[in-house]
Amino acid sequence: MTTNINSKHNRRSFLKISTVAGGGLVLGLNMLTSCQRPGASDEIEMPEEWFEMNAYLKVGDNGVVTIYSPNPEIGQNVKTAMPMIVAEELDVDWKNVVVEQAGLDTDKYSRQLAGGSQSIRQGWNGLRKAGATARHMLLMAAAEQWDVPVEELTTANGMIMHEGSGQKMGYGEVASAAGQLQVPEEVPMKDAKDFNIIGTPTLNVDGKAIVTGEPLFGLDVQREGMLIAMAEHAPAFGMTVKNFDASDALAMPGIKDVFTINTRPEGAEQQWSDVNAFPELVVVVGETTWQVMKAKKALKIEWEKTSDLENTANHETALAQLIEQPTAEPARRDGNPEKAFADAAQVIERTYSAPFLAHNPMEPMNFFAHVTDDKAELLGPIQTPQYLRMTASELLGMPEDNISIMMTRMGGGFGRRLYGHFGVEAALISQKAKAPVKLVYSREDDMTNGVYRPAYKVKYRAALDADNNLIGFHVRGAGVHGSPVFQNRFPAGAVDNYLAENHGLESNVSTGAWRAPRSNFIAGAEQSFLDEVAEAAGKDPIEMRLELFERAQSNPVGENNDYDAERYAGVLKLVKEKCNWGTEADGTYRGVSAYYCHNSYVAQVVDIVKENGKPRVNKVWCAVDCGIVVNPEGAKNQIEGGLVDGIGHAMFSALTLKEGRPEQQNFDSYRLIRHTEAPREIETHFVDNGIDPTGLGEPGLPPIQAAVANALYKATGNRLYKQPFVQEEELLG
Amino acid sequence: MATFDLNINGTNQQVDVDPDTPILWVLRDSLKMVGTKYGCGIGQCGACTIHVDGSAIRSCSLPVSSVGDKKITTIEGLATDRGLNAVQEAWLEEDVAQCGYCQAGQIMSAAALLKENKNPDDAQIESAMAGNICRCGTYVRIKKAVRSAAGKMG
Repeated sequence: MTTNINSKHNRRSFLKISTVAGGGLVLGLNMLTSCQRPGASDEIEMPEEWFEMNAYLKVGDNGVVTIYSPNPEIGQNVKTAMPMIVAEELDVDWKNVVVEQAGLDTDKYSRQLAGGSQSIRQGWNGLRKAGATARHMLLMAAAEQWDVPVEELTTANGMIMHEGSGQKMGYGEVASAAGQLQVPEEVPMKDAKDFNIIGTPTLNVDGKAIVTGEPLFGLDVQREGMLIAMAEHAPAFGMTVKNFDASDALAMPGIKDVFTINTRPEGAEQQWSDVNAFPELVVVVGETTWQVMKAKKALKIEWEKTSDLENTANHETALAQLIEQPTAEPARRDGNPEKAFADAAQVIERTYSAPFLAHNPMEPMNFFAHVTDDKAELLGPIQTPQYLRMTASELLGMPEDNISIMMTRMGGGFGRRLYGHFGVEAALISQKAKAPVKLVYSREDDMTNGVYRPAYKVKYRAALDADNNLIGFHVRGAGVHGSPVFQNRFPAGAVDNYLAENHGLESNVSTGAWRAPRSNFIAGAEQSFLDEVAEAAGKDPIEMRLELFERAQSNPVGENNDYDAERYAGVLKLVKEKCNWGTEADGTYRGVSAYYCHNSYVAQVVDIVKENGKPRVNKVWCAVDCGIVVNPEGAKNQIEGGLVDGIGHAMFSALTLKEGRPEQQNFDSYRLIRHTEAPREIETHFVDNGIDPTGLGEPGLPPIQAAVANALYKATGNRLYKQPFVQEEELLG
Repeated sequence: MATFDLNINGTNQQVDVDPDTPILWVLRDSLKMVGTKYGCGIGQCGACTIHVDGSAIRSCSLPVSSVGDKKITTIEGLATDRGLNAVQEAWLEEDVAQCGYCQAGQIMSAAALLKENKNPDDAQIESAMAGNICRCGTYVRIKKAVRSAAGKMG
C-alpha cells in the first residue's frame, strides 16, 4: 500500500452523512433496490445495525458491507464492476458485500451517467478513494481502541490485524467508532499488484434476480393506485397533432382520460438530452396496459404537416452530392495532399454508406412518475438522470430539490436512454392525471420515435507511389446532422499528405448517440478501405497497418493525433499471434480490422465459413487494450456482445423512411441478428499493462464490421460498400 | 370483461379481464408477475415466452380466452423447492446476462427445448432458440449455457 492519492473528487462525497441505525438508509430506496448479493446463491446474514462510512458504503455490525453503485446500469456491468473497485480498496471479502443501486444525488456523486463508456474510467479514482477512506477510518478507530500506531495495522478480507500484539478484529466491531471520526484528507491506496478483487472474474450481482424473473426493470414497476399511460406520436417526421376525437376510446373499459401534452412549450429551456421529434402527444390513461393499447388504436387523430416529409432515397442523393463537394475549411490538412494525388502511381477511391438505425433496446421506453402539488417521484430506466431532472424541473415548474429520481436496471440502452423525453412525458402525464402513472411505449411507438443512428456516407481516396508507399490519404464524410469522420484518428499522423473534410445534412429526423457514435460506421468504412489499399499495394493487411503505426510512433505527422500508435499496434500484434494469422484452413476466409475509440484499442480477426452456400461467422479473435480490467467476466461479455451487435447491424439492420414515415415499426420488418447468425465462437484477450482502465462497453463494436466485410471479400470476391450487407445478397455468394 | 380460471405455476388463479387480453398482460398487470417480459407484442422477439402444457409459447399473442385449463408455467415457476432449474443454474454459471431483459424468455425456450431433446446439438439449439432475440448479443454464452444445462440434466 504505497500510493497516496489526494482526491480531486467532490469533497462532499466523503463527508460523513450520519451514523444511522438498523437499515435507516440515506438514499431513497424501494423494492427495486432490495439487497442483491453478489454471486449466485446462499443467503447472507444481515446486520442489526449499519454504520454509514461515506456516500458509497456502509458497514454492518457483523462485518457485512453495503456498497452503493452510483451509475445507471444498462447491461454494461457497472453495478458489479463499480462496487468491486470500492470493495478492493476497502479490503473486504466480496462474499460479504451487498450491492445497492444509488438514486440520483448530485451532492454525493459525480457523473451519474451511462454513456461514452466512461463510468469505470471516470469513476476509477473516486471509487478507490471511497473504499480506501473507509478502510483508513476503520484502521484509525482500531488503532485508538488498541492504543497502537495506525501504521502497524494491516487488513485482509474485512479483518484488521496488529502483528505486534497478535490482536485481530472484524470491520463490524469497529465500524461504530470509525463512523464518528473525521474523514481523513489523504489515505493510502493499494498497488495494482496487490489487487485481489479487481481482475477476478466476478458474476453479475443481479444474476439470480434476472434468471428467476424478479422485478428489476422500469416496466416492472407496480404501485398502489398506479395507472397506465400510452402516448400516440405523429406517424411521420415533420407532422404533429392537429386535433383528436377520443369519444370511442373514452367509452372503452378501464379508460380514465385522454389528453394532449407538450414537452416543448414556448420559451422552455432545453438540455442537450431533450432530443425529440415529437414533443406533442395524445395520451391515453387507463387501468391496464392492454386496455390502454386498445383504446390508443381507437383514437381518431388528425395530424398536420409542419415541415417536409423526408425519404431515405432523398437522404442518399443529398449525402452522395455532399461527399463530392470540397469544403472551404477542411477539418485537417497535412502536407500537400493535392500534389500527392497528382504524383501518385496509383489512386484508390471508394465510397461507403450506412442507413439510419434504431436503438431497439429490448425493454421499450417507459417511466413511472408520481407528481403531486409539491413533489415529484420519478422512477425508471434512464442513462442521464441528472439531465432528466433539469428538464422535469423546468416543465413541472418545481425546484429540482423536490424531484427525486431513482434508476431501475435497464433492459438495454445503447444510447437511446440518454434522451429522456419519456421520463419528462411521464411526469407531465402524472401531473395532469393527478395520479401515479407508468408511461409505456409499445415497440412500434419506440421504433418510430427517432433519435436514430444517423445515415452516413463517406468517400476515401488513397495515393500510392511507385513503391507502393501510402503518400496521400483523403477522407470526406457526410451524415444526417453531422459527419462521421474523426479527423485526428488513424491514419492521420501516419501519412505525410492528409486531408479530412466534414459535411452535415439538415433533417427533421431526430438522431442521437447510438453505441459508439460515429465510430460505429466510420471504423467499418476505414478498415474496409485499408484492406483494399493493402491489397492494391501488394501488402499483408496487418503488416501494412503495422508499418503505418511504426511511422506514426517514430515520426508522427501533425500534433493532435488522437491515439497511441504503440498500443494500437499492440492489439494487432496480439490478435495476429492468437489467431495464427496466415494459417487458416481451406474453406475458411479470414478478415482483420482494428480501431481505437472510447480510449481503448480493439483488434479483431474473423473466420467465415460457407454453409449451404451461405457465409457464417465461425470464429472471432479479439485483442483488447482497455488498461486494467476490473471484472474480466463482465469485460469479456461486453466485448462479445459488442461484436455480435456490430455484425448484426452491419449485416441485417436498417431503418428507412418514406414520406417521413419509418418503414420498419417492429421486429417483423426490422431485422436483428439471431442465434442462427451469431458467431460460433469468440476468443477475447486483454492486454495486461496496468494502465488505469478505459472504455469497454462500446469499443468492441466498431471494428467488427470491417473484419466481416474483409472476410466476406475473401469468401466471395466481392467488396461490400453499403450496409446492411444483406441488401447486396447476391454479393454474399 | 369476463372471469377466467387459470392454472399458473401449479396454482389456480381467477382473473377478470377482457377475453382478448394476451396472457402476457394478465400475468404482468392482473397478477403482478412481471418476470415474463414485453418486447414486441407480435411474437417476434421471444421475451414473453412461457410454457403452455410444457411447450414454449409467446404469451404476447395468446389471448386468455384460448387457454382453458392448460397448465401455464412462467419464469417465476421454473425453480422448485429443491432449488433453481438446471437451465437457470447454467445461466448463472456462464454469467450469460448483460441487461438481462430477454433472458427469462431465453431460459423458458431453452427449458422447453431440453424437455423435448435431452442432448441437442448446436444446430438444434440455434434453431430452437432462433425466435428469441438478445439485443445485447449474448448468443455465444446462451448456447454454452444450454449445452451445460443439458449436461446437468443428462
